[in-house]
Amino acid sequence: MLSRIAEALFWVGRYVERAEDTARLLDVHFHLVLEDPTVDEAKSTAVLSAVMGVLEDAPVETKALLEMFGYDDGFASSIVGSLHSARENARGVQEALSSEIWECLNKTFHELPPRVQAARAFGPAPFFSYIRERAALFAGLAESTMSRDHGYDFMVLGRSVERVDMTARLLAARVISPLPGDGWIPTLRACSAHEAYLRTYQRGVESQLVLEFLLLDRLFPRSVFHSLVVGEDALVRLDSTAGRLGSGDEARRSIGRARTDLEFLATDQVFVGLPERLHQLQRVMTEVSEAVSHRFFAGSAAISWSPEEGSE
Amino acid sequence: MGSLLDGYSSPAYDEMFAAGGGPHPHTKALYDALQLLTSTDLAERCAARDRSFRDQGVTFSHSGGESVFPLDLIPRLIPADEWDVIEAGVVQRVRALEAFLDDVYGEQQVLKDRIVPHALVTTSTHFHRPAAGIRPANGVRIHLSGIDLVRDGQGVMRVLEDNLRVPSGISYVVENRRTMARVFPGLFLQQHVEPVAGHVALLLEALRAAAPAGVDDPTVVLLTAGVYNSAYFEHTFLARKMGIELVEGRDLYCRDNVLYMRTTGGEDRVDVVYRRVDDDYLDPVHFRGDSVVGCPGILNAARAGNVTIANAIGNGVADDKLTYSYVPALIDYYLGEQPILPNVPTFRLEEPDVLAECVDRLDELVLKPVDGSGGYGLVIGPHASDAQLAAVRSEIVSNPRGWIAQEVVMLSTVPSQVGEGLAARHVDLRPFAMNDGQRISVLPGGLTRVALREGSLVVNSSQGGGSKDTWVLTTRHAPIEERDWPSYDAGAAQSFAPDPGPMTGMSGQQEQQQQSGPRSHPQSAARPQQDSGGRPC
Repeated sequence: MLSRIAEALFWVGRYVERAEDTARLLDVHFHLVLEDPTVDEAKSTAVLSAVMGVLEDAPVETKALLEMFGYDDGFASSIVGSLHSARENARGVQEALSSEIWECLNKTFHELPPRVQAARAFGPAPFFSYIRERAALFAGLAESTMSRDHGYDFMVLGRSVERVDMTARLLAARVISPLPGDGWIPTLRACSAHEAYLRTYQRGVESQLVLEFLLLDRLFPRSVFHSLVVGEDALVRLDSTAGRLGSGDEARRSIGRARTDLEFLATDQVFVGLPERLHQLQRVMTEVSEAVSHRFFAGSAAISWSPEEGSE
Repeated sequence: MGSLLDGYSSPAYDEMFAAGGGPHPHTKALYDALQLLTSTDLAERCAARDRSFRDQGVTFSHSGGESVFPLDLIPRLIPADEWDVIEAGVVQRVRALEAFLDDVYGEQQVLKDRIVPHALVTTSTHFHRPAAGIRPANGVRIHLSGIDLVRDGQGVMRVLEDNLRVPSGISYVVENRRTMARVFPGLFLQQHVEPVAGHVALLLEALRAAAPAGVDDPTVVLLTAGVYNSAYFEHTFLARKMGIELVEGRDLYCRDNVLYMRTTGGEDRVDVVYRRVDDDYLDPVHFRGDSVVGCPGILNAARAGNVTIANAIGNGVADDKLTYSYVPALIDYYLGEQPILPNVPTFRLEEPDVLAECVDRLDELVLKPVDGSGGYGLVIGPHASDAQLAAVRSEIVSNPRGWIAQEVVMLSTVPSQVGEGLAARHVDLRPFAMNDGQRISVLPGGLTRVALREGSLVVNSSQGGGSKDTWVLTTRHAPIEERDWPSYDAGAAQSFAPDPGPMTGMSGQQEQQQQSGPRSHPQSAARPQQDSGGRPC
């Protein structure tokens, strides 16, 4: 498959996941501030901005936060910005996606301006659920209409990388400003994990168990561990050179080490060095992304040359 | 309540109404259907059309933005017998032009026999010496062509120009039909319309057939200039419908006169390039050195016979508008036939007497630059200002080879949506022909382009033109049967009903609601029928 197309599909996967996860992240924040009188809005806003890597000129109130991370089409990490980028990437490789998937992204792109307007006027909750629905539609269409070729693998890889990264950020936001037991419910909900958590443990929400569940659970599809496994599987399918010994692929080594690290972590050790662990996960995802680019996408950059001096 | 067609009148031949005022026999059914149409109804269907196009991204780039391709919802109809003539005429023309190109880039016998002047070829900006001597593997140079036709005031179909380089529009033909079926299904009910969607496959066949000798299963790619090209939607459409890679210049490279594309697995050899990039940009080694949308070395790879470029390099010499005036003579010279579709009367301004006669009556003529396309540079005498005429006059006098003059053709009209009603607007027709070396097939209908401004004769989409779905009516009712398909008994399709599952019908529900009441009989109507179904009677 063409390097340029592989790269675009990888990023389509990342951007759609980023839009969805950002919507989830903002949703948690919005409900916390709204429903819990003990939450300090300014502090919570600052923590969220910091978690998303915005340190200077960070917004101090929820409204500005929503503008920046929700609706700003010029900001690459915002929901709208991510969906614009997803659509731009998809536009360049339409023929490699199914037409249903392209239509899903394109339609979403065109529906955003009125949705954003409505969110500004009547509150962001319907906007967030709209984004989650569109992302779910995208994932469902990919599942049911794309051949399981390398294009699909690159998209799944992008999605997994982004999901690990964003879930780590979501947890980091909570770890830095801890809340007792029930304070974790919005976080669970943001990961669509509240009910799955209750069925798994059959007891109240406890921070230790929540962290276990969202970091280490083998079966829940939005847990960090599960996302790492899915991403690693995609890399295994993409790596045709695997031999008998180790792995020659740097991305696979990185993601594999991160996965093992969580797989064999004792559950009572989950709090030890937690902020650093979450930070490390984000760093590893950057490494993976770079290694994948280097190995598979090299040569897809635009070329330019200049005629020799003296030739006409 | 009045009809939207009340008060309709046309300044030219009308495709829907005969001279007497009533509909043509073949448009009667459509006319009856349109009688029932209200402006509210039409507006709702337009909204549905716009949503559908927008969501699918059926657009063309226009001054930096993306515009939805304008489709007028009233179709243009062509009766079966008339289509047979058009089809034969288009095929004849493509055959003659193929022979001409083969000759011009080979022996040049046509020049030695003085059918066309030597200077016509050598002064054409699209005659490319580097293409001389390249003989395509299956002899085809015009894999896809679009022949623009117009109907004059007497109802005669004439060829207006040939497009043999990178004719666009075929994707809009297919999308227009799909959208019409979606938003206006009622119109199709009373008539049988030739389908168009399958014809993209014929283009793929033509491209595969053009592969270099010895390649059994060729890799075909479509080369686009990129996402900002005005026809980008069409490029993605064709690549998707043919299942081939859509590549940009940066995805390709040449080594030892072999063309490769960069893939995640390293490299893949490319055998056929269907390029939607102009000659000048195709290969910076031979043509424009500053082009980054082409691939350096691709022309040498083609000369070495390792890759086929479709359409071939240098086809422009045959669709030059001055060459156009010689096509009837070429049909006679190569095929020994009379042209089935006549040209529009055309004046060659490079002949001094003709030039002298024409400059005095520029205000009655259409002036066209010979190597232009998309309606750029075109001047319609009767609609032009004095200043425009003076400007074009001085250009023509200083460069008569660069221009042709044609009589104004009052293009035929079709009822088209204007505001809330319907009014006459001028149209042309671009049928598409695909040549696989064995057979030239013409897509039934083609793209009808419509000039949206009242009285305007310029239909190009780059000049604000719209389009119409074009229906070739057919009298054929039964589908063509596939050969080598085993015949099955009609009863073989009989089966049992899908398994309804354990909790269907009223029984379960009633049991739960009436736990203390009398039990209903478990064998209700919704039981699977295979118990009794499959047995011989």
